[in-house]
Amino acid sequence: MATPLVVSEVAKSFTMHLRDGIQLPVVNGVSFSVRQGECVVLGGPSGVGKSSILKMLYGNYAVDAGQILIEHQGHLVDLATAAPRAVLEVRRDTLGYVSQFLRVVPRVSALDVVAEPLLARGVDQAVARERASALLAKLNLPHELWQLPPATFSGGEQQRVNIARGFITDHAILLLDEPTASLDAKNRRVVVEMIAAKKAEGVAVLGIFHDEEVRDAVADRILDVSAFSPRKAAA
Amino acid sequence: MSAVPLLKVNDVSKFYGSRIGCRNVSFELWPGEVLAIVGESGSGKTTLLSCLSTRLMPSSGIVEYHMRDGQYRDLARMGEAERRFLMRTDWGFVHQNPADGLRMTVSAGANVGERLMAVGDRHYGNIRATAADWLRRVEIEEDRIDDQPRAFSGGMRQRLQIARNLVTSPRLVFMDEPTGGLDVSVQARLLDLVRGLVHDLGLSAIIVTHDLAVARLLSHRMMVMKDGLVIEQGLTDRVLDDPREPYTQLLVSSILQV
Repeated sequence: MATPLVVSEVAKSFTMHLRDGIQLPVVNGVSFSVRQGECVVLGGPSGVGKSSILKMLYGNYAVDAGQILIEHQGHLVDLATAAPRAVLEVRRDTLGYVSQFLRVVPRVSALDVVAEPLLARGVDQAVARERASALLAKLNLPHELWQLPPATFSGGEQQRVNIARGFITDHAILLLDEPTASLDAKNRRVVVEMIAAKKAEGVAVLGIFHDEEVRDAVADRILDVSAFSPRKAAA
Repeated sequence: MSAVPLLKVNDVSKFYGSRIGCRNVSFELWPGEVLAIVGESGSGKTTLLSCLSTRLMPSSGIVEYHMRDGQYRDLARMGEAERRFLMRTDWGFVHQNPADGLRMTVSAGANVGERLMAVGDRHYGNIRATAADWLRRVEIEEDRIDDQPRAFSGGMRQRLQIARNLVTSPRLVFMDEPTGGLDVSVQARLLDLVRGLVHDLGLSAIIVTHDLAVARLLSHRMMVMKDGLVIEQGLTDRVLDDPREPYTQLLVSSILQV
């Protein structure tokens, strides 16, 4: 089976120039891969670097060393060294990401926030809005909120908008950073079903889930990130 | 996606006597890409913008533009008439102060229509209809078409300046602190508008701003300037989430949270 995401020997540290150049090692020697239709869950205590790994894979964090190989339109792109426009192209067509918090844009309605990734790929606006509506309905977001900008929504409502936005495309790889953290049991089950559907379509899913029930329901395997922690290596 | 850059900037420097404006700047801008140039005042970002948009001659270095005929032209070697034509048609320039980019004593409609006439439109009815359409797109009531921008609020003036610049379907727009003098609520509306138009029209843009939130919202890519040099550049998300240089870390850590 194809392996659209391969991470090899990735290392990351922060240099805090405002704190006398202190070096904060984050992770070392991160190597793993995710196959089509597989859901790999990053495990380990908080602060061990799980979110940092997702941010490196999405290009929000720079990488000190190593490779992040993504199969993008029939060829491999190394996101660790790719130019900004290559990263944006991979994000648009191949790599999806549901962050912990929704970045709200003033004046843009929830429906359009969700539809945007499809519009960016040239999908007709009416079609994109229809798909967005279907997802928001599935996630039980009250209909009267759809036309409002999500700035004033509750945490759980914003998170559902965020999930719908991440799931609306048919990206081959999906990164999920605690998508169910602020959801109630009913909506957690909806998200579990949506992840299962993505897996069935052959999407490679990499996620962080603190909720055990969700983790057990979606994970094919759990990758313990403490193995990559430089602090552990030092101990 | 087009396979060639719209603008190629190679080792551009500008000196004012012995003082450095900007130094050794090189980058490429691709079609549909929005680049933010950030840095504090005096960092050289406006000088760089002026050099790129031919408002200033660089002391050294080359800026090449991909013309509609598919050829690259060295902007410094272009004739004055040709350069002016380019600026009036294929480019836009949005000034921080709308009064610098508008004619304050002619009507809003004429401010928009003037650029259309520069590209050869002569039919009064068409010009007026297009102007009215653009006023609507920038959320100015159509019944203000005969008013002078002097009678407009700051936010409306800025939106009018944007309409005036975009009416000729330019491929490249330069913006110098486009939200600079506006109230935050007016800023949000303008940002949303610019964001939508850039996306709908597939524009390339170079935006100078000291406001990192503006850069985050509008730009794909970012260059951080200090003392005339580009000290850090990359994907906007990356520069803001994982700043590497001491000065960029200082900028990012100085953002006030609300």
